[in-house]
Amino acid sequence: MPLDLDLEGLMYGTELVKRGFAKMQKGGVIMDVTTPKEAITAEEAGAVAVMALERVPADIRTAGGVARMADPKIIRDIMDAVSIPVMAKCRIGHIAEARILESIGVDMIDESEVLTPADPFFHIWKHDFTTPFVCGARDLGEALRRIHEGAAMIRTKGEAGTGNIVEAVRHRRMILRQIRELRDKDENELMEVARKIEAPFDLAKETAKRQRLPVVDFAAGGIATPADAALMMQLGNDGVFVGSGIFKSANPSKMAKAIVDAVANYDDPAALAEISRGLGKAMPGTNIDEIPQGERLQERGW
Amino acid sequence: MITVGVTAFQGAVEEHLVAVERALHHLGREGRAVPLRKTLGDVDALIVPGGESTTISALMQKTGMWREILDRAEELPVMGTCAGCILLATEVVDDQVPTLGLMDMAVERNAFGRQNQSFQCMLEVAGFSDPVPGIFIRAPLIRRVGRDCQVLAAMDQGMVMARCRNKLALVFHPELTEDVRIHQYFLNMVED
Repeated sequence: MPLDLDLEGLMYGTELVKRGFAKMQKGGVIMDVTTPKEAITAEEAGAVAVMALERVPADIRTAGGVARMADPKIIRDIMDAVSIPVMAKCRIGHIAEARILESIGVDMIDESEVLTPADPFFHIWKHDFTTPFVCGARDLGEALRRIHEGAAMIRTKGEAGTGNIVEAVRHRRMILRQIRELRDKDENELMEVARKIEAPFDLAKETAKRQRLPVVDFAAGGIATPADAALMMQLGNDGVFVGSGIFKSANPSKMAKAIVDAVANYDDPAALAEISRGLGKAMPGTNIDEIPQGERLQERGW
Repeated sequence: MITVGVTAFQGAVEEHLVAVERALHHLGREGRAVPLRKTLGDVDALIVPGGESTTISALMQKTGMWREILDRAEELPVMGTCAGCILLATEVVDDQVPTLGLMDMAVERNAFGRQNQSFQCMLEVAGFSDPVPGIFIRAPLIRRVGRDCQVLAAMDQGMVMARCRNKLALVFHPELTEDVRIHQYFLNMVED
């Protein structure tokens, strides 16, 4: 990336600055919170950031209806309560919600399938914003399309609000396999794959070369225990989002600390055993096949 | 042959490992960069990377590394970037985050504001013939330095890089660019 040689010139919202923010989150846990009190619990437990919401995904699922951006007052109160970064969600394609979140000053916007999509045709063109974005993906094509639109960070979609890790693993495995399949391909073959997975050629080529996504890549959607978080780290994710898993558990403060420790010690089974002891009940879980096809959040977006 | 450790609790660890390897190569020095998660081992120098200072501080205190660093506080060359700079400081302005306190300076967290105020620019650094790229991400500022500290770079807003004997603190992120001159500068502070 060419740098402006003008000594006085401060350049805001560049790709380097947006992707750099995501890099500072690596090895960390980002927690969903709905009140300043929960945000403080998360910060004290060692969260690298919080996601400010009106309701956690498990409650959004129960409530049904149309899920929208949170009340700016809730987001601002949470921003005032903690010193770590605060993220918030807007609906897929809802440029106005995204601009509102940017004007509030949230540190990252999640264009999220957990909320009801607003645009049946387009995701947000995220290059237009100073605030960095994170987006969900189920496979490599979807991840690279989001990066092409300007996402500075990718997360698996998983199946939010279920406490069931299987979909996050499915999406991570899918992305890993597709990245591996790009290895040793020449340009013609890469073009063929890019067309098939509906991904921009240049990003497919960069991914093939680096053998990882070009941006920071977190796990999300169904993480409910320290072992779940460790599993996703073992599968090569850069960090984890925990939605309902913390504040729907019996002892949120204990669970939050345990998940932070599990991410830092993901490859040490003895440490994980110690971390997982006596945490009380994890959030209740849902089997994916109990969720009717049309109500699966991961199928929102494309 | 020198071994440079990068504390690997959280944050931009990989980027520093790569930058150290490249800087060693440029200098034609033998050495390696290793991530550290439990103990300090026998490293000749240490880098504390950027990330969330509250998280890195909490995780580091749970291992023996916190004590090991304090035990070698005098002789161990240490570079801290962003969150690492905060952890090096003896004082954090209006904040409770526990630090190693290896450098006599006061640092203010998130001094430029939130992520929307994060920026990149070219920066004049004392002793460097050309400006270096500076990537500032929710960056802190150095508000006060002790008598034996040397300010190496400053902006209108405040001090952004300082050295105190074998300790080097920067509020920006040299590891996010291809330019490894700052890593070379740090390696030159480390004896074989």
